[in-house]
Amino acid sequence: MKHKKPLKLFELAIVKHAITSSFEKLNPLYLLKNPVMFTVEIGTAIMFVVSVITAINQRSGQGSFVYNFVITFLLFLTLLFANFAEAMAEERGKAQAASLRKAREDTPAKLVESDGSLKIISSSVLKKGDIYLAEAGDTLPADGEIIEGLASIDESAITGESAPVIREAETDHSGVVGGTRVLSDRIKVQVTTNSGESFLDKMIGLVEGAKRQKTPNEIALTVLLASFTLIFLFVTVTLFPFAFYLNTIITISALVSLFVCLIPTTIGGLLSAIGIAGMDRALGADVIAKSGKAVENAGDIDTVLLDKTGTITIGNRKATNIFPINGADKSVIMKYCYLSSISDSTPEGKSIIELVEKNIEIKNGEYENAKFIKFTAETRMSGVDLPDGTQVRKGAWDAIKNYADKENGVLSQAEKVVTEIAENGGTPLAVTVNKKLLGVVQLEDIIKPGIKERFERLRKMGVKTVMVTGDNPLTAKYIAMKAGVDDFIAEAKPEDKMNYILKEQQEGKLIAMMGDGTNDAPALAQADVAVAMNSGTQAAKEAANMVDLDSDPTKLLEVIEIGKQLLITRGNVTTFSIANDVAKYFAIIPAVFSISIPALNVLNIMKLSSPQSAILSAVIFNAFIILALVPLALRGVKYKPIGASALLRRNILIYGLGGVIVPFIGIKLIDMVVSLFFH
Amino acid sequence: MDTDMSGIIFGFLFTVILAVPFGKYISKVFKGEKVWTDFFTPLENLIFKISAIDPNEEMDWKKSMKAMLLLNLIFFIWSFAVLLVQGWIPILNPARIASMEPSLAFHSAVSFVTNTNMQAYSGETSATYFSQMFVFTFLQFVSAGTGIAALALIFKGLTQRQASNLGNFYNLFLKSCTRILLPLAFVVSIILLLNGVPQTFKAQQKTLTLQGDTVRVATGPVASMISIKQLGTNGGGYFGTNSAHPFENPNYLTDMVENFSILFIPIALVFSFGYYLDRKKLAWIFFGIMTLLFITFAAININYETAGNPLITKMGINQSLGNMEGKEVRFGAAASAYWGVSTTSTSNGSVNSMHDSQMPLSGGVYMLDMMINALYGGVGVGFINFFIYIIIAIFISGLMVGRTPEFLGKKIEAKEVKIAALVLLVTPFLVLVPTAIASYAVAKNPNLPWLNNPSFHGFSAMLYQFTSCNANNGSNFAGLGINNYFWNIIGGIVIFIGRFIPIIGPVAIAGMMAEKKYIPESVGTLKAESYTFAFMVLGIIIIVSALNFFPALALGPIAEHLAL
Repeated sequence: MKHKKPLKLFELAIVKHAITSSFEKLNPLYLLKNPVMFTVEIGTAIMFVVSVITAINQRSGQGSFVYNFVITFLLFLTLLFANFAEAMAEERGKAQAASLRKAREDTPAKLVESDGSLKIISSSVLKKGDIYLAEAGDTLPADGEIIEGLASIDESAITGESAPVIREAETDHSGVVGGTRVLSDRIKVQVTTNSGESFLDKMIGLVEGAKRQKTPNEIALTVLLASFTLIFLFVTVTLFPFAFYLNTIITISALVSLFVCLIPTTIGGLLSAIGIAGMDRALGADVIAKSGKAVENAGDIDTVLLDKTGTITIGNRKATNIFPINGADKSVIMKYCYLSSISDSTPEGKSIIELVEKNIEIKNGEYENAKFIKFTAETRMSGVDLPDGTQVRKGAWDAIKNYADKENGVLSQAEKVVTEIAENGGTPLAVTVNKKLLGVVQLEDIIKPGIKERFERLRKMGVKTVMVTGDNPLTAKYIAMKAGVDDFIAEAKPEDKMNYILKEQQEGKLIAMMGDGTNDAPALAQADVAVAMNSGTQAAKEAANMVDLDSDPTKLLEVIEIGKQLLITRGNVTTFSIANDVAKYFAIIPAVFSISIPALNVLNIMKLSSPQSAILSAVIFNAFIILALVPLALRGVKYKPIGASALLRRNILIYGLGGVIVPFIGIKLIDMVVSLFFH
Repeated sequence: MDTDMSGIIFGFLFTVILAVPFGKYISKVFKGEKVWTDFFTPLENLIFKISAIDPNEEMDWKKSMKAMLLLNLIFFIWSFAVLLVQGWIPILNPARIASMEPSLAFHSAVSFVTNTNMQAYSGETSATYFSQMFVFTFLQFVSAGTGIAALALIFKGLTQRQASNLGNFYNLFLKSCTRILLPLAFVVSIILLLNGVPQTFKAQQKTLTLQGDTVRVATGPVASMISIKQLGTNGGGYFGTNSAHPFENPNYLTDMVENFSILFIPIALVFSFGYYLDRKKLAWIFFGIMTLLFITFAAININYETAGNPLITKMGINQSLGNMEGKEVRFGAAASAYWGVSTTSTSNGSVNSMHDSQMPLSGGVYMLDMMINALYGGVGVGFINFFIYIIIAIFISGLMVGRTPEFLGKKIEAKEVKIAALVLLVTPFLVLVPTAIASYAVAKNPNLPWLNNPSFHGFSAMLYQFTSCNANNGSNFAGLGINNYFWNIIGGIVIFIGRFIPIIGPVAIAGMMAEKKYIPESVGTLKAESYTFAFMVLGIIIIVSALNFFPALALGPIAEHLAL
């Protein structure tokens, strides 16, 4: 991407904040929502008491004070590392949000009072519904919708894109964002959010551990981890009476260490960081999600609806040729084309003017007193009524076909031209004069470079792409084929999107779409993942569950990957965490019983040097593996679209098998170092 | 040795080959399709009419489970009452056996209603023919039917699309008894009869022994009970020594037939899953996972049992027959080990040798087998337990491929995982906590008359006991005095919870899945029919279930083995 320098993984200021906040998060009331780490805190407290007792009473049978104290300290570190992971994710999210928000703080707003007078107030006191005026050079004080005028706006503060954009009242591009700057003209804007309630503020809530709502998947995982924790509680606590029966004494430090090592602290410690980091990545991609669930859902998307224009093709169609029909004179047709397009402000209309001006000269007087007919969705035609009564109409082929005189041969001749244009990916526009068909304009699309590869990637993820276009089916089919989309909706009316979504949802599929216009709002509300462009109308933004600050229609693809990454990271760390237990059993069980049941020493397959160092090594490994995996949690596991089974195989190999092997090596290495201190 | 092994291999293959078509038959019975046993319809209709049950009433999971609990409560009350008064019932009591003492009657009724069949009584001296037939044999049918019907509910749940109906529990239950258990039990009984297993109402038989003493030999309606005891994974014997008794299991042939009966329905039910859902490959993969562990366990035990005890070898005693302590010469070491793994895999619990006398690691394998309790498993309930492992594996591997986990087109969400996580807790809790209490009690009062053996072996006995109770297996590690308040009461509680929570939980999950929308597969969907996923399930079984018991097993069988 073109803008903002990306946040470094460990920015010094962020790390400092995170360290402070890791201590604040030790508050048991806060930790209570994370059952795994909460039990570690209880374990730490128990070990602290044991340390104190061994300091006072050397003969308590609980081992030396130093040993107990070291274990206590290591458990404390385990807690801190887990808190640090969460704090890092939080701070990074806040930093990202802050840089987006910086621009809008305390900008003066020109409030338009009810009597029309202006009053300068601070942006922070603007309320929803207020109207403010912004002129060239002003920074917009709040999010809102233009109700009067049009302006070119520099949105680079938010999107990093330096080219100014045009925002205009009563169009699909009427939304403006606080913090951006007006470059020309003046607009009146109605505030759409109370300060503190803007989307960005909502997003900041999502990256704060304390306020964050857990997503359903995360809740399920938390419950499962809590269940494992409880199981290991039974496993370790019952060891005490078992040992008692066998006339063996197990020290409290050994039991607590075993417990903390067995419970899934790695995933327990990183779970919340992984969730927050997912939001961070969304923010990093300039997407503001209204809930964590929306980002997670994105990973499940089966079908994506994409508008052709701007997403699949670059900008708009351009007129590239004009074909006369029935032997009409080309320059005459060109003139009529020109006339019919003067009031047509659509990009297509403008491109026709461009094409004609290149070829023939048009005198200004020719369209004086003409009556311009605007394009409507009903007639799907536009044109002009000249003072001499000549009616020029230009429009989509199927509309013109019904409208024009059904002259012998003419229609079929035109039909041939139209079909040829359409088959080659062009869009035909027919031109009539007094209902007589005179010519066909060829409009052509240019497909974005690289878009085909992105669709290929989506297909490999199992996501179906659907192109939505107003084009006729033939053109649509050609572009669909060229761009590599799976399906298309041609001649789409606003309700078609909605119907397609309903149909797919009926089959149990999850649909994502991107939209900007007010008429997209119902479909956005119905879609499972709906991304509204920031340049879109307020209605669209309200209906969507994400807002893309860049207004980049291909952003959906990134959001889907972020969603998948989020789940994969969670799953992989869980698997790694559970697989670690194998090695930990083999480290601690022989250590606990080695003196009273020497036979069990056979299980010490790592040949750890002494029982104390074995337990210490396992606890050290357990604590530092959390720290070691913080970058992974923050960055997320890279997603590779290689099909579910292949992906699972790969992840089982890396995180499952790796999770079994790594601790064997890690604990052995740590033991070699630790044992130096025992001699 | 070689004939021993070929007998086992042939026996196992024979079981599997017959189980496949029988699985297909079972799925037809569950679906209510036309089968050759339709001649039972008038009888079934009569039973429904008498009990005023509408067999076509649709039931959701809550209603089904209420029906199951109600039915089981009725069975319990009937059995408890009969055992309490059996001595006063004027018929079918030629040996004039007295009524049972209340706590024993209670324990026996609970144990048989739950398909556990842990016996604190000896059939030949404590149960009348009436009780043997109308309490024990009867319960062996209906408790097996309960498990099979519960599984049928789950099958139905997995095929439903946005509907809560899981079928009619009463209907499935009765058909499981009449169409699955009854015909098989009939055939097996005939084979047993032909091989000399008694079936009579006559009183004990007097015989003159070679020494010239007159002994009274217990007999009764044995064959009819033994067939269902094995087929329904019940395991409660007619005689105290169970299938080691020559009247229960007279020769090698009956041994193989009974071993077949132990495994047959549990394996057939795995295949019936494939036929019912039209996912035959998936059924084979599940069968493969179970079989991999089953064969591994069998191989370990056959190896240790045929090798004999190294301590005895050191004494210079010939052990070419293997470790024969506690075994019957007519079966041999290998067949006894194979039986042991079969009976602990399937929560059957009948024994043809004393598990207590086997090598320490063999005993450990039996415990591990019961801790997993899903390698084929008890009729119906084995696959239900396996279902929980699948849910957990699906959940974790779904996350690992970046999609909300789904199984057979249904999303696995927080609610389902919560229930699965709860069910997962049951086994470690019910096995470890009571064993801990017992260990503590023994350590505090060394005079308690519970353990015949000290140290590791004594610990194994206690661990085995609660593992067996929780798994509803019913076998015990001889050498533990269990007919007292502690073991009867705590054991009874463990049996009860260990039976019903692991049935209700999974049926509830299936009921919730039934109500969900069906999601078609895409490239991103993890296919359950893959070896990768099979590996994941195996990993979950080993790490999540088996590994939890590593410390306990290390202090019992493993320590004992290492001390050899």
